[in-house]
Amino acid sequence: MRTTNTRTKNRRTKKTHRGKMFAALLFALSAFAALTGCSSKTAPTDGASSAAPPAEDAAPVSEAIPEGESLPASEAPVAESELKALEITNVSYDPTRELYAAYNEIFAKHWKEKTGQDVTVTQSHGGSGKQARSVLEGNEADVVTLALEQDINELVTGGLIESGWVGEFPKNSAPYTSTIVFLVRKDNPKSIKDWDDIVKPGIEIITPDPKTSGGARWNFLAAWGFALDLYQGDEEKTTQFLKDLYGNVTVLDSGARGSTTTFVENGQGDVLLAWENEAFLSLLEHPDDFEIVTPSISILAQPSVAVVDEVVDKRGTREVAAAYLEFLYSDEAQFLEGQNFYRPSNPDILAGFADTFDLNLKLVNIDDDFGGWTAATAKFFADDAIFDQIYKQ
Amino acid sequence: MGRVKAKGIIPGFGISMGITVSMLSLIVLIPLISVFLNMRGMTFAEFWHVITDKQLVSAYKISLGCSALAASINAVFGVLLAWILTRYQFPGRRLLDGFIELPFALPTAVAGIALTTLYSDKGWVGSLFARAGIKISYTPAGITIAMIFIGIPFVVRSVQPVLEKIDPKCEEAAAMLGAGKSRTFFKVILPEIFPAALTGFGLAFARSIGEYGSVVFIAGNIPYKTQIAPVLIVSKLEQFNYAAATSIALIMILFAFILLFGLNLIQARIVARSGGGE
Repeated sequence: MRTTNTRTKNRRTKKTHRGKMFAALLFALSAFAALTGCSSKTAPTDGASSAAPPAEDAAPVSEAIPEGESLPASEAPVAESELKALEITNVSYDPTRELYAAYNEIFAKHWKEKTGQDVTVTQSHGGSGKQARSVLEGNEADVVTLALEQDINELVTGGLIESGWVGEFPKNSAPYTSTIVFLVRKDNPKSIKDWDDIVKPGIEIITPDPKTSGGARWNFLAAWGFALDLYQGDEEKTTQFLKDLYGNVTVLDSGARGSTTTFVENGQGDVLLAWENEAFLSLLEHPDDFEIVTPSISILAQPSVAVVDEVVDKRGTREVAAAYLEFLYSDEAQFLEGQNFYRPSNPDILAGFADTFDLNLKLVNIDDDFGGWTAATAKFFADDAIFDQIYKQ
Repeated sequence: MGRVKAKGIIPGFGISMGITVSMLSLIVLIPLISVFLNMRGMTFAEFWHVITDKQLVSAYKISLGCSALAASINAVFGVLLAWILTRYQFPGRRLLDGFIELPFALPTAVAGIALTTLYSDKGWVGSLFARAGIKISYTPAGITIAMIFIGIPFVVRSVQPVLEKIDPKCEEAAAMLGAGKSRTFFKVILPEIFPAALTGFGLAFARSIGEYGSVVFIAGNIPYKTQIAPVLIVSKLEQFNYAAATSIALIMILFAFILLFGLNLIQARIVARSGGGE
């Protein structure tokens, strides 16, 4: 060390310099990867732009929007608009990723057959509330397909969607439904059959935080529905039941996908309270590790869909956006929804999936049993409401 | 005016100051001010109610406690790491040097998920500890580990240049005067690198307080036990309660500011003292 002279010192600094360059390169690479990751999420493979003239291909996406906007203004003839490829954005929540990837294909085919026009649907997924906020803050979604009616109502409050959207499409604008089930480890080692089994001491429950996750509110309300029935309407006992239940929760992730990861990949807990479709997807991926247990009572979860009025009027895409949601009710799409483990709203098609779903499950629902989302939120999930009381010491 | 201009030796003060001020305003000041604008229409009583909520206070304690622990561990191991990187030649040294910044480059969620899997009682590392009855993921220990992960580059990169600049002659002189190795380290080297290590500590601390992406996966997020303050901000946002979310953020900014300001003061004092001695 003592003979260290300026030469080695120089070399040393040079080396750290290179090291920094290397690190900078790594950073640039990962930043690039992140960027491409983002863009591939927001702008899927070209597909539909093949019909557009080559000049259009080179134009950035943002320039395509004002062109679309100018269409209604100049009253362009229908024939001309038919040549142009359309692009719409569907802002959805986490577990619908696989469903809409498949649905976008059949819708594009349907639209092409009907109008001769190509349409590309850009997908965006994330926590339902976060997605609603992103639309509120300027993410231009033509349609939203979210987990909670309430998240769409926030867009009404924000002036993006006209009130009365619930009546715009059949079945309260809920083309498919789902429910909350239990995912347990193979052979059900803790013999969990129903809600009253999971509040027993020693059972470890994984469920997301209702304060940060839309899906988690369904879990809470399903448990409430069961306990209220068990105690014949005694809310005090029901609250105690929920207290015991959340006392058994070992990891309260901030989102539904996080909980699934915690239970499935990290091996935590004995039971995961999950969306039925998420539970089936986990089962599909790890058929030998898990089982689905359907409790005696659960909740009818109605993910809602709506056209974002302000955006479609601005972009001139109302027709295609409405058709996109309307087509969700077609037999073909309903069947696809069943295949993706959502319960089709069409009873005839649902009956065809009797092998998959437990159709005898008693379902409480948000409107009849909880007085709608606004009331339920105020009673259970607002600050200092029942959920906060459960954790108060 | 002409006289003022003539005084400057380095040209371009006006333009560089102009660019600096506008960049600072656009990127730092205006966003910070807009944070406060979000609190419009909130009375002080409401604000006080939000920030003194029991659940939030316990979340602050967890956030601050884990951050302090993580930053302290980082200060020790960061100095050690910087020492190895500057003082020794070994195969793979440059690679290791490049890896130091990875925690900055890696998307925090990726880091969080990887750490959680690794340290859960079913993971490679976590299962070893689980045998001894120690749980890491989903406990404050896990939170601390995630914070160590994101904070380590701050200390290493603060200390490294200082270590490189220490003239070997000082050590030689100390040795000639009869100081042992440990004495040389504590009396000669440590005082030199201490201010830099303090900077690193402060940065790592402040960063950890606000960290969300990686910590949220490894924290069990159980209220009063493993819930960190940033999660409560998200929780308020989820209820579209921007004002409450901002109130919590304000307190966190305040913590970070007091911390960094305090450390700056200490540093200024150290520099003044050592400067006087020379």
